[in-house]
Amino acid sequence: MSRNRLISAAMAALFIGFGGSGAADAAGDKLVVGFSQIGSESGWRAAETKTAKAEAEKRGIDLKISDAQQKQENQIKAVRSFVAQGVDAIFIAPVVATGWDSVLKEAKEAKIPVVLLDRQIETKDPSLYMTAVTSDTVHEGRVAGEWLAKQTGGKCPVVELQGTVGSSPAINRKKGFDEVVAKNPGMKIIRTQSGDFTRAKGKEVMESFIKAENGGKGICAVYAHNDDMAVGAIQAIKEAGLKPGKDILVVSIDGVPDIFKAMAEGEANATVELTPNMAGPAYDALIAYKKDGKEPPKWIQTQSALFTPDTAKAEYERRKDAY
Amino acid sequence: MTPPARTSAAGIPRALPQYGALVAVLLANWLLFPDFFTIRLQDGRLFGSLIDVLNRGAPVALLAIGMTMVIATRGVDLSVGAVMAISGAVAATMTGAGWGLAPVLATSLAAGLLCGLWNGLLVAVLRIQPIIATLILMVAGRGIAQLITEGQIVTFTSPGLAAVGSGSVLTVPMPVAITVAVLAVTGLLVRRTALGLMIEAVGVNRLSSAGAGVNTPVVLVAVYAWCGLCAAVAGLIVTADIRGADANNAGLWLELDAILAVVVGGTSLLGGRFGLVLSLVGALIIQAMNTGILLSGFKPEFNLIVKAVVLMIVLLLQSPALTLFLPRPGSPRSGSPHPRTPRPAEPPVKSGSVKSGGVKSGGIKPGAGA
Amino acid sequence: MTAPSPDASPPLLAIRGLSKAFLGVQALDGVDFTLHHGEVHALLGENGAGKSTLIKTLTGVYQRDAGLVALEGREIAPRSVDEAQRLHIGTVFQEVNLLPNLSVAENLFLGRQPTRFGFVDRRAMNRRARAVLVPYGLAIDVTAPLGRFSVATQQIIAIARAVDMSAKVLILDEPTASLDAQEVAVLFTVMRTLKARGIGIVFVTHFLDQVYAVCDRITVLRNGRLVGERRTAELPRLDLVAMMLGRELEEAAHRIELGPAGGDDRAPLARFRGYGKARSVEPFDLDIRPGEVVGLAGLLGSGRTETARLVFGMDRADRGEATVDGRPVRLRDPRTAIRLGFGFCPEDRKKEGIVGELSVRENIILALQARQGWLKPLPRRRQEEIADRFIRLLDIRTPDAERPIQLLSGGNQQKALLARWLATEPRLLILDEPTRGIDVGAHAEIIRLIERLCADGMALLVVSSELEEIAAYSRRVVVLRDRRHVAELRGEEVTVERIVAAIAAEPGAKEPGAKEPGATAPGATAPGGAPR
Repeated sequence: MSRNRLISAAMAALFIGFGGSGAADAAGDKLVVGFSQIGSESGWRAAETKTAKAEAEKRGIDLKISDAQQKQENQIKAVRSFVAQGVDAIFIAPVVATGWDSVLKEAKEAKIPVVLLDRQIETKDPSLYMTAVTSDTVHEGRVAGEWLAKQTGGKCPVVELQGTVGSSPAINRKKGFDEVVAKNPGMKIIRTQSGDFTRAKGKEVMESFIKAENGGKGICAVYAHNDDMAVGAIQAIKEAGLKPGKDILVVSIDGVPDIFKAMAEGEANATVELTPNMAGPAYDALIAYKKDGKEPPKWIQTQSALFTPDTAKAEYERRKDAY
Repeated sequence: MTPPARTSAAGIPRALPQYGALVAVLLANWLLFPDFFTIRLQDGRLFGSLIDVLNRGAPVALLAIGMTMVIATRGVDLSVGAVMAISGAVAATMTGAGWGLAPVLATSLAAGLLCGLWNGLLVAVLRIQPIIATLILMVAGRGIAQLITEGQIVTFTSPGLAAVGSGSVLTVPMPVAITVAVLAVTGLLVRRTALGLMIEAVGVNRLSSAGAGVNTPVVLVAVYAWCGLCAAVAGLIVTADIRGADANNAGLWLELDAILAVVVGGTSLLGGRFGLVLSLVGALIIQAMNTGILLSGFKPEFNLIVKAVVLMIVLLLQSPALTLFLPRPGSPRSGSPHPRTPRPAEPPVKSGSVKSGGVKSGGIKPGAGA
Repeated sequence: MTAPSPDASPPLLAIRGLSKAFLGVQALDGVDFTLHHGEVHALLGENGAGKSTLIKTLTGVYQRDAGLVALEGREIAPRSVDEAQRLHIGTVFQEVNLLPNLSVAENLFLGRQPTRFGFVDRRAMNRRARAVLVPYGLAIDVTAPLGRFSVATQQIIAIARAVDMSAKVLILDEPTASLDAQEVAVLFTVMRTLKARGIGIVFVTHFLDQVYAVCDRITVLRNGRLVGERRTAELPRLDLVAMMLGRELEEAAHRIELGPAGGDDRAPLARFRGYGKARSVEPFDLDIRPGEVVGLAGLLGSGRTETARLVFGMDRADRGEATVDGRPVRLRDPRTAIRLGFGFCPEDRKKEGIVGELSVRENIILALQARQGWLKPLPRRRQEEIADRFIRLLDIRTPDAERPIQLLSGGNQQKALLARWLATEPRLLILDEPTRGIDVGAHAEIIRLIERLCADGMALLVVSSELEEIAAYSRRVVVLRDRRHVAELRGEEVTVERIVAAIAAEPGAKEPGAKEPGATAPGATAPGGAPR
């Protein structure tokens, strides 16, 4: 008995500090939005939450955030509680794609519009949500590829650091890049391996690529599915006695502060931003809808902007606090 | 008759599957990639694929050192990956806050030690099953690390801490040097004192050991604490290597690699005899495979399958069922007909030492074939 | 060498010229053995005689090198225990090979559970389990985990399982080693019933009384060879012992010459007053003086073992006080006791005594090393010296000190445990059933050793079920009944008759075995309740 109690006490102590809950008061005529966030598993996710708060403040929206700690049942509970509170809209960053129908029906019956952020869901009834704000991950890969093709005149043997095998961003970012490679006969992916979206694996894989390709002499560029792997690869390139950004070009996706720092130092060449500002466009669509009942399109695609070293320093300063 | 070699001495016949597998994997790598054994100096540091194997294998090797002793006590420590994340988070956060190298290292290692002590207390004093006891920290530890880093990758630029991951000692990469040092210290601790005997005794039979006066709680706590310390060192290396603490990914699933390394090294999960060096060989086999796969250019989808097949072969070579064809000692009263781990063929019974008092005279006829 | 078969039909089991060698060591050398339908056949021999090898070859654990095994005239060569079972050869080993975490019923029907629609039919299984156990007088909760029952009960469940699996040949490998007299009687009844059903029983035991009580025929092995096969009725006991040992057995039972200094006037080494533990032993007074053997006698479960464990600190007393050398002590754990110069050889050698996978050397030096602390390791050479000395002194039969102790026979394991404590030069040695499961030769050696140690001034506290033995070497005997110290016999009073009388003294005492709390249903004649 006492043993169990001890464990649960310890667990409880450890999890205090996670998970806040929205206050129930809906103040005045302000728009009230309930946001069921997945959690804070990555820097990008934290930035998304932070940006959502900042953008809400900008527009005078009252935002209630519920942290689901990676659990769908917590998200469903949060949505129900938002419905009960009678919020004006519900934002969900869904942790999984399926299993949303019944709770979304409850929201629909309460006439509360639902906006999906950052990820899509699978449902037979698209009317269950008003719109989804996500990026186009295939397009991200395409933008990275096109920049590289332009930069190298379409002639470049590339090594690719894939994300976690089987994950949808890894599949799509590879797909978009491959489209560009197919169009440029001089471009070729000479090696591709998974770096699991992490710095450590990115570094380890890059080390092997350099050795396998004649000390890196055969590599024109490295394309990493996220910035973290690129940061790891940059270190591997340096330790092999080569200059990242010059001897081997570095292009990646996400736009986290560290890659801007690397670009500012001349060690990376380009990144395609996956904007953490998913909530901003959602607020705008919501405000327009509330004002004159204008239904937004079913998919609001965020911009996949490309950033290069010339703006890196300023971009880094702008971002380092958002993350 | 010379007594059978202690496991730490890595007697060759017993260790044949492990060393054989390592050589085979290295040769396979060489066939896939002819420059595999080429080593040159790069910025005063050894550079080459073989060095990569050692360097990248260091974290798992360090975990395996601590894990070997935990497993020898018939336990397991699932929390080592999370402890790596904690020590890395502490190191990066403190460095970011402007602390010097010495206090950073000391605090990180102390954090690991504390985690180990916690596990040890749960196992030894509260008598919670090790797999459950350490599961608590495995889950909670990553949360603690995330709290420390506030969910971000905390990066640092301090060259001192970075040197722990990518510096070198007399051209040997720092992680390799650290691993060798930890192995040496651990080896001295367990084999030059009676600790090794106590660990094995507790692992084989905790009740008997306690009855013989072995202070079993202290042995258990010590072993888990050391394991936590080893994990903290591994965490420092990983963090220093990427110049950042990634609380979500640092050491993720490495506890499983460490357990695998120990098992491949021939230490039984049922506790008892252990071999530190062989666990390291196990870690190197795993890493040599990882590096080989990266060099080979296989599609990443095949990584896990290739790894699984090779490991299966190594473990099969150690399987008692496969060694059945070897002649085994006559043990008419042997408690268990199936040894848990492969044993070397016992030397023939020396007739002189068996006979006594005329009771057994004429019973033993060496070499008398049937 | 083969006994002439009275009838013309082939014997149930015929073994001819069986040989088996391990790395050049001939464990079995051309052995013959014949078992007829409906007979109980004792297979006897000292350690290393080849009994176990014979049984393991018969049950498929080992494959024979040469020879012929025929079951009802048909040659067989089982390659596993399962296959042997399918060939109707069932085996019950001394150390029960069942699964303590599973229920009694699951153990009985393991691998052949009754199913319904492809699922285990638990209710049918439990019902059948209860039915199967009826002939054995076991009315126990078949859904309780097996490990909760005493070794004796587990043993009988193992027999029930083997018999229920339609065994024609039933091999009982020292089944009585852990049973008390009443349980043995139950077992013998079972054996006779099975015999009447035509089942042939191979019975391995160290208890000669039991051989004469239940066996029709005896086969004696020595050093892997057949010594002979005799009808029990035609073989005097002395001849049997001579066959087993190949020599005249010294008369083990003789009274120690007590020196005049060994009187009660010596200051006690350890003194216990009102010492006890709830639900274990009632408070008792006990003095142990240097140079004397104190025997603890009583039936299984009477509190003998519990007393010994309290004295060594394996269990913690919750009342009373203990003094050693006149100073009060708290015996919190074995480490405390060891520091005071105590040593303890437990009853369950395998579970609480030996560290099986470690070598004989490591087992011998373990207590000494533990007392020194881990920081002061005994040098390897010193360890070897100690191990070799005791291997010689106690005649521990092992090829060398590096052999894992679990590969030694029970008697030699026991001697190694004794060596473990002797190496610490203890002042008080506590022995719980030191001669259990040990062959005749080692038995006598251990008794001689006890006497010698005592003569050297060591104090001994010995628990034993062998009353003759206890009467032979004890200067005082504490008799226990129902967890209570009921009598203390000293000097001339120490005789088997007096001990028995003391055990049975209480007027209107019930059958002691049935009085123990446990899983036994009230009124059942079952063995089984001995608390562990």
